[in-house]
Amino acid sequence: MRILVCVKRVPAPGARINVTADGQTVDAAHLGFTTSPHEECAVEEAVQLTEAHGGEVTVMTLGPVAAEEQLRYAASVGAHHFVLIPIDDVDWDPQRTASALAEAIAAVEETNGAFDLILFGNESADAGGFQVGVRVANHLGRPIVNGIKGIEIGGEQGGELDEGVATARREIDGGFEVYNVPMPAVLGVKEGINLPRYPTMKGRLASKKAVVDTDERTVEAGGQVRLRLHRPVEQISETVILGTGPEAAPAVVDLLEELGVLS
Amino acid sequence: MSLLVICDHDRGTLSDASLEALTFGRPLAAAAGLEMAAVVIGEGADAAAAGLGAHGASTVHVASHPLLTDFGPEAWGETVVQLVRGTGATAVLACGTDRGNEVVAQVAARLDQPFVANCRSVDPTGDGSGNWTMTRVQWGGSLLEDATLTAEIRLVTVAHHVVEGVAAEAPASGTMVSFVPELDDALARTVVADRVVLTRGITLSTAPVVVGGGRGVGSAEAFAPLEELAGELGGVVGCSRAVTNNGWRPHSDQVGQTGTRIAPEIYIASGISGAIQHWVGAMAAKNILAINTDREANMVTRAGHAVIGDLHQVIPAVIEEVRRRRG
Repeated sequence: MRILVCVKRVPAPGARINVTADGQTVDAAHLGFTTSPHEECAVEEAVQLTEAHGGEVTVMTLGPVAAEEQLRYAASVGAHHFVLIPIDDVDWDPQRTASALAEAIAAVEETNGAFDLILFGNESADAGGFQVGVRVANHLGRPIVNGIKGIEIGGEQGGELDEGVATARREIDGGFEVYNVPMPAVLGVKEGINLPRYPTMKGRLASKKAVVDTDERTVEAGGQVRLRLHRPVEQISETVILGTGPEAAPAVVDLLEELGVLS
Repeated sequence: MSLLVICDHDRGTLSDASLEALTFGRPLAAAAGLEMAAVVIGEGADAAAAGLGAHGASTVHVASHPLLTDFGPEAWGETVVQLVRGTGATAVLACGTDRGNEVVAQVAARLDQPFVANCRSVDPTGDGSGNWTMTRVQWGGSLLEDATLTAEIRLVTVAHHVVEGVAAEAPASGTMVSFVPELDDALARTVVADRVVLTRGITLSTAPVVVGGGRGVGSAEAFAPLEELAGELGGVVGCSRAVTNNGWRPHSDQVGQTGTRIAPEIYIASGISGAIQHWVGAMAAKNILAINTDREANMVTRAGHAVIGDLHQVIPAVIEEVRRRRG
């Protein structure tokens, strides 16, 4: 099977996120970059599915030229083909991002046929727009379900096992929902679907030789415009130290009683 | 012209998130000069719809169709789209739960309109030229974004836990109107096929007490006292990302930006340093008690209360004290 994964390069923040002076983006001067966590799991899931069922994984990203680093990382953990849609350093809005991705996907599919499965992260770690995957699926006329924490190929359709169906599990409070989605399909994946592997030495070496295709797209901006980013005003509260070590237990239980959780 | 609020429910019981959306929607509709309407979809919708007048909805659309008995993002999205077209709604609002954001994204894709997710505040008078302005969350809430929205139909969600869901001071009529959308059979492809319940009763997102453990707990086995304390307090155990990455706990126990957002009466965060991704999942807790050997740990400095010490000694002592007082 052929699987496409769309990933986003995001800063790897520590305890605090700073913003550039113009308020347009995160000040990454002292930060490393990573693949947005849900998408890192999506890449791992795609690699596992092709290991089990055969096939190839393509990874696509819309981002600054430096996002090639995230594509090469995907190569180091087993992905096969790579497409970069280069943009300037500041995020594109969700509509614009989705249109560019949909066009680029259509271009790849025109040559190679439709992907059986396209995986997105449920939402990006930074902008968190919760919509790019849904918009792309809609552009392509394919089904999509978000929040997926389990995928199996083959599912019951009309009482019979159908190899053309992806069975997807979505976590809900206290359990999960099951969807039988006919492929080609799009799924929004969440962290926890797997534990992503670390690259092997062999993988790292292979990633250096990986060929990254560049696909420039000119797309109109959408209706959501960023004015500025800023840090929320933190409510600075003095921490009440109840004590040190086990001797603090009575003070802790006093607090629990006061809050009424010790019924 | 109306603001349409999408209300989610579980077999007739409205979710807290829906009440938050209605509470957020009332002043928004008033400031935008719109009537506030609501839509409730699927089995049990009638029961859920009945109380919405008290929350300020003047019209409550009750959508039903064989494809709407259980959740399906495409069928739900298409239903809202048809309702928007049929009623001339100029704005749609939902609470930014996974489901809320997914359904509004479906609406946005189908209407080809922008969608601003997880707002903390929305100003419909905006920049004076008809655009709305808003502040929305990025990085799960550790960063804010001011944005403008230019659209024919404004689609927004309000971030979960930004407001508390309360009834309207002046109830509205809550007139129920049934709505049957025309849905293509093909949309069955994304309707829930099966539902598996793993735990009944309290869960991480609803528990009044969460006892959280981080890297400092040290191993899967060392979570036993945390389980015991949670059991004593009628709560559940949560954990940090470091813990799930180490395979000590399942991901469904993870509190944080990529895990579960919790909002308990008290969160007891033990051996957790408080990385930003964890903090945003815990910050809606009404009270936080940090137990940590490091007085300067983020979790300690941000918590209302703290015990400086080794959780492996403190937690058993707390369990003992709880039992002693109960006799």
